[in-house]
Amino acid sequence: MATIDYPLQRPQAGPAEFSFSESLYKWVATVDHKRLGLMYITSALFFFLVAGIMATVMRLQLMVPNNHLVGPDTFNRLFTMHGTSMVFLVGMPMVAGFSNYLVPLMIGARDMAFPRLNAFGFWIFLLGGLLLYYSYLGGGGLSGVGSAPDVGWFAYAPLTESGFSRGHASDYWALGVLVSGLGSVASAINVIATTFSMRCPGMTLRRMPVFVWVMLIDSWLIVVALPPLSAAQIMLELDRYLGANFFNTQNGGSAVLWQHYFWIFGHPEVYILIFPAFAILSEVIPIFSRKPLFGRSAMVAAVIAIGFISLGVWAHHMFAVGMTSWSNTFFAASSMLVGIPTGIKIFNWTATMYGGKLRFATPLLFCCGFLLQFLVAGLTGIMLAVAPFDWQLHDSYFVVAHFHFTLIGGLLFGLFAGMYYWFPKASGKLLSDKLGKWHFWLFCIGFNMTFIPLHFLGMLGMPRRIYTYAPGRGWELWNFIGTLGVLFQAAGILFFLYNLLYSALRGQPATDDPWDGWTLEWATSSPPPEYNFEKLPVVRSSRPLWDLKHPQDPDWKWDSA
Amino acid sequence: MSEAHIVAQNALTMEREWKLPDRGTVGIVFLIITESVLFSMFVIAYLIYTGKSLTGPYPKDVLELPILASICLLSSSGTIVFAEHALKHNQIGKFKLWWVATILLGLYFLWATGAEWHKLIYQDHLTISTNLFGTTFYSLVGLHASHVIVGLTFLSIVFIVTLLGFPIQTQLRRVLFLSWYWHFVDAVWVVVFTVVYIIGR
Amino acid sequence: MFSRVVSAWLQVQVPGVPEHRITNIFKPLATPAASERTAAYLVLAITAVIFVVVAGLIVYTMVRFRRRPGESALQEPPQVYGSNQIEAAWTVIPILIVFVLIGVSARVIAAIQNASPPAQTLKVQLVGHQWWWEVRYPDYNLVTANEIHVPVSPDGRRATYLQLTSADVIHSFWLPQLAGKTDLIPNRINYTWIDPREPGVYVGNCAEYCGTQHANMLLRVIAQPQPEFLAWITEQQKPAREDPQAGDAKAVFSSLSCVSCHMIRGTSAVGKFGPDLTHLMSRQTLAAGVLPNTRENLRAWVNDPQQPKPGCFMPSMKLTGPQLNQVVSYLESLQ
Repeated sequence: MATIDYPLQRPQAGPAEFSFSESLYKWVATVDHKRLGLMYITSALFFFLVAGIMATVMRLQLMVPNNHLVGPDTFNRLFTMHGTSMVFLVGMPMVAGFSNYLVPLMIGARDMAFPRLNAFGFWIFLLGGLLLYYSYLGGGGLSGVGSAPDVGWFAYAPLTESGFSRGHASDYWALGVLVSGLGSVASAINVIATTFSMRCPGMTLRRMPVFVWVMLIDSWLIVVALPPLSAAQIMLELDRYLGANFFNTQNGGSAVLWQHYFWIFGHPEVYILIFPAFAILSEVIPIFSRKPLFGRSAMVAAVIAIGFISLGVWAHHMFAVGMTSWSNTFFAASSMLVGIPTGIKIFNWTATMYGGKLRFATPLLFCCGFLLQFLVAGLTGIMLAVAPFDWQLHDSYFVVAHFHFTLIGGLLFGLFAGMYYWFPKASGKLLSDKLGKWHFWLFCIGFNMTFIPLHFLGMLGMPRRIYTYAPGRGWELWNFIGTLGVLFQAAGILFFLYNLLYSALRGQPATDDPWDGWTLEWATSSPPPEYNFEKLPVVRSSRPLWDLKHPQDPDWKWDSA
Repeated sequence: MSEAHIVAQNALTMEREWKLPDRGTVGIVFLIITESVLFSMFVIAYLIYTGKSLTGPYPKDVLELPILASICLLSSSGTIVFAEHALKHNQIGKFKLWWVATILLGLYFLWATGAEWHKLIYQDHLTISTNLFGTTFYSLVGLHASHVIVGLTFLSIVFIVTLLGFPIQTQLRRVLFLSWYWHFVDAVWVVVFTVVYIIGR
Repeated sequence: MFSRVVSAWLQVQVPGVPEHRITNIFKPLATPAASERTAAYLVLAITAVIFVVVAGLIVYTMVRFRRRPGESALQEPPQVYGSNQIEAAWTVIPILIVFVLIGVSARVIAAIQNASPPAQTLKVQLVGHQWWWEVRYPDYNLVTANEIHVPVSPDGRRATYLQLTSADVIHSFWLPQLAGKTDLIPNRINYTWIDPREPGVYVGNCAEYCGTQHANMLLRVIAQPQPEFLAWITEQQKPAREDPQAGDAKAVFSSLSCVSCHMIRGTSAVGKFGPDLTHLMSRQTLAAGVLPNTRENLRAWVNDPQQPKPGCFMPSMKLTGPQLNQVVSYLESLQ
């Protein structure tokens, strides 16, 4: 492994001699993007474990027909909280955490454009999450009815109106997510301002790492797509508390309006969630293939295209709502179109690996898992885009399988790749590759064992969000296998957690540049000092460290921008 | 690709001045973008529900054009420009005058909105829960009014610290951003006025 | 053998009538589901080919370009930045594929949504409630609940058009072997149609989460030959059977508040909140498909609905033993 020790390397400071309260203060009052990034990621991992346990309980309940592990109310709360947590309290903070930690380092900046706004964003995200979970205690309201929300993560009206959703459960859903969303918008504006205004000399937009480009477009999407959700939630709260009629079908309101508003947010949201994985893969695959990203410009163009098109596909979640055939056709068409730039990215990543010298360390393993699983997910997405097929598959376990393939098989695998890749940079220690491989294989086997059968359940007519089912529908076998897969996934996660803790405490020390990287974050110590860079390399191409290490064959010679 | 073809612009990039957009500008622009989308959602709801109320009162029965209030609010965009101009030329006295004029015009607008709501609620018996018109009217106009309140709050803070002797001319950039926010609020009012009082009636 | 097991469990009241409980979307038994399957097969075929090709390439790449042991770690492979021709090719080909799929989708969407009703068409209005189905036959002035009888259409010349709406929250009508799903939305009327080719009982679920007992809001569509269907209609149109032996039982029933929620035509029970019970015993199941309609189940249900369907809106009336007996025997008389 050709690691290069920088002549700029400073000796690591010894263990900090701070008291507990001083250490706590440093974390609580920090505006440093690296600390905040780690806080975002740690919080996300915490909520991930909580929501994962919820999923485990659900799978155990559905393992056999007519099961009595949990009753309908509990089950309905579980799937609501599982979905809401995974999207808003795991996915979104991962976006914020990865972009906050890496963007300044990759563009050679000292911090984000608005450090205090950064801190505000984190704490308000956390507040929103705690508000949502407080519903378990406070959701009862005066009548003692209600607890955690049980309306599904997309909370369709009029089920969420006060007549059908008593107590405060739905309010905690709306307000918790609304508040958390403010943090996402704050973080997004911060990333945009940082990317435009804080790049180091020589780092033109064209030379920015693809990771930064993807996070930039992700932030654009957040800025544009989150307000529809906030608007809908404000309208819902006006309905519930002031008797407004936005979704009150008894007084002329429209239930479908909620769906439009929610999915105008909701569809871009799923791209917002997956983009970090795209960003991570675009950095990790080249390094472990020892080749530059194939078709850089096309990759950036594809992400921009996905961003734009994703704003025009939302009603493919509403094919069963009774829209006209023109509307259905339009949204089917746009949904299939958005698959084209997405597919192109898979080709480009594969082409990057083609002709390279693949080093199958844990980050690359997760990337390979992503490629195959996201391919499946994209193809089932195309199936769902064909509206007549969707009329059968909508609201069934097929959709559940599809989006878990994109979010776990895609996003989570990508995030794991990123965590294994950048953990040495953030902590100064290497994660154990051996434990990483156990993590990967156990989790990969378990994930596929759980979610492949769910496609069949959908095709056999099993709808979503049912807490039990009768025998004799042909659903027993696949549900049983699906639950078995949870064991393997849990085991994989345990290996991951153990790896994190063990390596943080007693891992092998990492140099500045353990993977022989090419972007600026590797041009400083591991972990970086608070000011990020003592001295920045000259930036004349998109791979400044490649240029430094290969002075006879630098990128800028080939005008690759 | 020829090895001899070294792109000259790389050398120049390092030598020419490295100019990037101001981060504050980017920040306020994107804040305005996100707020515009938020307002659009309420405008769309208003338009979708136009004419769909199941019961009265209906817009044409109860809405009166708030001409004076609108003139005041839109003029406040003008007065804030004059205030900025004065500040750029270090004329603090003039700045204070135009700035307080802006605030007063905004306050009048708020008062007029409140008066209109008072009439609608107590005379015409139109509340947010009465019908779709009430729902969409109060939420859209109310969302706008809440942004006016936020704007006035910040304008007042600037005014008070200036009165207390703070050298506001050192914060010209930030005062400029605040004025952009204020222009945004006024632009939204043009849209709201058109949708509610012209189209919706 | 399987159907025997199922019948035994369910005690299907129409012996010999097949029950379609394995609701495989690839075994359509009506025109809309068949059109959807055609579209499905096409897209499955295309995506299968894409998967084999692309996954094959990915796996090949992973295997072929592994760093071999002994290779110097300092030797970097050729730094290829891209290829305009290859990238153009893999952009254009997906675009072409997508255009084909768009065309097919448009055609099938129009065929299903804009289909003209055939000569003989039955109109059914379905109103969704939490957690049961109100079924109305406007042409026959008939209201019933949970089980939808329709004429079978072996030649596709007879269809049933359904008008869907809801009295409370959003539900969804889904019988996978008959048609794709269509939502029942309050303050909105949606339309769908089916033409079951084979007689029998078609089982389905409500397919849009509608609250606590969404899982137990099951659908049954019973397709019968036209004469039997008309016979059923005639029977259902009659008011409640007056059984002279059930006189006391009826009096007990009428004195309880059951009458404020349920309708039994020809009696004092005129409630509209719960399902119509006029011909309760003609149904195969109770509580929207949750329980087979047997004496024991009926008794258990009336005694405490919260046991089989916790959270449903029928409370336990806390009847005494004798009261319960009377109510159940009255209900059993409603053939």
